[in-house]
Amino acid sequence: MSESVLRVENVTMQFGGVVAVNNLNLDVHKNNIVSLIGPNGAGKTTAFNCITGVYQPTNGIVEFNGKTIISAHPDKKMKKIYQGENGEMYVNKPVIDPTPDQITKMGIARTFQNIRLWKSMSVFDNVLIAKHMNAKKGFFSAALHTNKADEERMREETFELLKEQGLDKYSNDLATSLPYGIQRRLEIARALAADPKLLLLDEPAAGMNPQETIELSQFIKEIRDNHNLTVLLVEHHMDLVMNISDYIYVIDFGKLISKGVPAEVQNDPKVVEAYLGVSEDE
Amino acid sequence: MLDKTAEKRKNIISFVCVLAFLILVLILDQVIKPTSKMFMLLTVLQKGSVYALAAVSMNLLNGFTGLFSLGHAGFMLIGAYTYAIFTIPDKARDVVYQYYDASVRFSIPEKLGNSMGPFGTVLGVVIAVLLAGLAAAIFAYLIGLPVLRLKSDYLAIATLGFAEIIRAVFQWSKLGPVTNGSNLLKSFERTSTFKGVLFGMKLKFATFVPVLIATVSITLIVLLVNSTYGRAFKAIRDDEIAAEAMGINLAKHKMISFVTSSFFAGVAGASMAMVLSIAQASNFKSAMTYEILLMVVLGGIGSISGSVIGSMLFVAASEWWLRGLDSGTFLGINAPGVFRNGFRLVVFSVIIMVVVLFFRKGIMGDRELTDVIAGWKAKSKNKKGVTDHE
Amino acid sequence: MNTMQTVLPYVISGISVGGQYALIAIGYTMVYGILRLINFAHGDVFMVAGLLMVYLAAALPIYLAIPIVIALTVLLAFIIERVAYKPLRTAPRMSVMISAIGVSYLLQNLALYITGGLNKNYPSIPWISDQITVFGMATTRVTVITPFLTIILVVILVYLINHTKIGMAMRAVSRDFETSQLMGIKIDAVISVTFIIGSFLAAIGSLLYFSNYPGVVPTSGGMPGLKAFVAAVFGGIGSIPGAVIGAFIIGICESIIKGLDTILITGGAITEQIGLATFSDAFTFVLLIIILVFKPTGLFGEKSTDKV
Repeated sequence: MSESVLRVENVTMQFGGVVAVNNLNLDVHKNNIVSLIGPNGAGKTTAFNCITGVYQPTNGIVEFNGKTIISAHPDKKMKKIYQGENGEMYVNKPVIDPTPDQITKMGIARTFQNIRLWKSMSVFDNVLIAKHMNAKKGFFSAALHTNKADEERMREETFELLKEQGLDKYSNDLATSLPYGIQRRLEIARALAADPKLLLLDEPAAGMNPQETIELSQFIKEIRDNHNLTVLLVEHHMDLVMNISDYIYVIDFGKLISKGVPAEVQNDPKVVEAYLGVSEDE
Repeated sequence: MLDKTAEKRKNIISFVCVLAFLILVLILDQVIKPTSKMFMLLTVLQKGSVYALAAVSMNLLNGFTGLFSLGHAGFMLIGAYTYAIFTIPDKARDVVYQYYDASVRFSIPEKLGNSMGPFGTVLGVVIAVLLAGLAAAIFAYLIGLPVLRLKSDYLAIATLGFAEIIRAVFQWSKLGPVTNGSNLLKSFERTSTFKGVLFGMKLKFATFVPVLIATVSITLIVLLVNSTYGRAFKAIRDDEIAAEAMGINLAKHKMISFVTSSFFAGVAGASMAMVLSIAQASNFKSAMTYEILLMVVLGGIGSISGSVIGSMLFVAASEWWLRGLDSGTFLGINAPGVFRNGFRLVVFSVIIMVVVLFFRKGIMGDRELTDVIAGWKAKSKNKKGVTDHE
Repeated sequence: MNTMQTVLPYVISGISVGGQYALIAIGYTMVYGILRLINFAHGDVFMVAGLLMVYLAAALPIYLAIPIVIALTVLLAFIIERVAYKPLRTAPRMSVMISAIGVSYLLQNLALYITGGLNKNYPSIPWISDQITVFGMATTRVTVITPFLTIILVVILVYLINHTKIGMAMRAVSRDFETSQLMGIKIDAVISVTFIIGSFLAAIGSLLYFSNYPGVVPTSGGMPGLKAFVAAVFGGIGSIPGAVIGAFIIGICESIIKGLDTILITGGAITEQIGLATFSDAFTFVLLIIILVFKPTGLFGEKSTDKV
């Protein structure tokens, strides 16, 4: 078995009295495509937000490539309403609470459930900006345009990436003028521009028709291979999930209820129960 | 990669145009006599360039980074005072600080002028202008630490508050030895005293200097906006959460934008002091910030050339073209009862309201003049220039 | 005891000013609660109410002038909302805020044109402008009745909001603009009522406020407007009791700072005037920034988070 890239240990996220994610444990291995599934409101996106630094979890740690990148434990105020397990486990560990940009710099890039492209900018600029964090020259050099080589490098890389993704023909179009499916692809391309080791996809197939979904699963496999990536995705489309996942985690009401390879999960009665009566079209 | 020659040509054309404009202003400075009717043109260019710089620097923040800040007057005040304090000649100090014992007692242009001649004086003025910007930038940094975390309207009101606090501090009698309390600062180096001799001709620079300051500063802002940092600012404006997820450090970039914007507001303040020959804290009220904001809106939020055009039109209309509305006769209509003091501003504010309500994009929208011209030239050509430049 | 006697007048006048700010602040907080708009023109509407009184009191008996002033102020606010804010309902928030700044600029310039920029003496309103003596110190009756009147008006307002249909609609709209619209609430009517209530209170505030000042100038609305807004933010924008408490705190602080030199000299802390009165306005903003930094949603505001 390959080495572990992302390890989520006992992560809990509590908003007031609501426990959105409850003692979540994930282990994502290198070059795998791993899915996190569950009915609506199960806490999948919240889990993503905990991993990417958007939220500071109430408890738990996140390890990336063997290094602890997030570490939290319930503080004194929180303890009163904290309902999760293992609350005391991390009390003596230092709190590590990085911002989303720091997480991205470490090599975790993401897309969003509701596409978040920069609407006033061209396709080219949307991808180019992701290169900003790797700019070699500082502010004054950039502002006075004495960073010609650096700027050229960023543009070249962007151009190559767009070409590879087949998006180069849209280069000069406004990002939001593109068809929905292309926008999703562009968002993934933008995430790739950040040179991630781990790619988090938040419902990449949302709003796609069956044909587009099939193309998407092919596409995800391709970028995994071409960019030496590990992929963690949140998804509702069971066809897509069963088709591409190496491993699946199922959560319901914030709690892990099942895990395993697609065949195991598919036949787990707990999963069937959780999904019963819940439409999967959104 | 794509269309590099076209872009290069565009840069050269812009450069030549700017140079030609500067030379034209220099000539106008010499040929228009104070008695001439056209002298108003010079006044408009002087004040217009001060406001253009102020508007562009505000646009960097409000239009390009999406941070709605209303503290501009405060930073201009810091700039104006810093410049004035460091350029009042020794002899004039005691007259200016008549109620206080002035604590700052050296004028940079005078000191350098004594040791290096006319060049030293010019250098001194340049240093003082830079100091003005720097002082504003330092204040902005300190203010930015707590307030930049705030969202939209809370940020607006907090920066507005800081501007008011700055104004009060500068008027405080205990700081009188430095700021002259609530009295005005004057007798410092100002544009109308800038004169030179070239080939036996006496040259005046009253208009050229503020225009030059504005041109250089605005060019720097344009370069910034078109750099990778400028793109990061726009990403923050369009979607903060996505920007952060793509590795842009929000706190750092907002701070850079805020400090840079304030630096140029400080320079604009210094330039304003030079043009008006006085600096007085009570002039830098929030009303001034509002006026600058309206200029930005008039020109188009997110367009630098728009801000320049907007402020020039604003100043020209309120100082020159609509003058008749205040003094009895306008467009040949003589109606002293209606056209009396203040009517100009009423008409003017109505025009602004019409723009705000019906032409929300302003004159330029978020395009630049160069895009518009490029658009005329080659409509069928590929639009790479637009994405590159804006 | 000596210090106490020095402080007391400042506190009393502070409570009075606070009451006047409270009446303006309610307009800000209600409009913000519903439209998420800082109505920069509100302070200027307050100033216009002052000017209307100046002109109407010269032509009409005072008992007629007062209701007409109130009615015209309400009408003005109604028109402003319909002309300057309603067309921008779907525009970005910044556009509406800019429109408000534009209206403020227009009202000030209009006032400048009509008054010629001169200070207009405010008419003295019989009974409320009378000199009286409270706790052995001379003051005007308006100073004493302001806080009581303010509290009565606020209690009535809160009652209306909690117990009438339109009040319920207002609460619904401030919760969720779009959903209330879908539920059949007539948004435009609710917004108009909000502006009417806000300007009605501002008109009363102006009667009380200007009675204590020598006159009205075109910029008279600016500072009280800003301070009232700060009061609204301080109390947690959208919350009426919050705005009122905030206004009283700001009024009292401001008044005490105006006399702080004297108070400190009496108390023996300092020996000469040090000009702290310069900061009576700025202090409001210091307070604002402190609250924004430590509790960005104000004393009674609700927390909101961005959805990712």
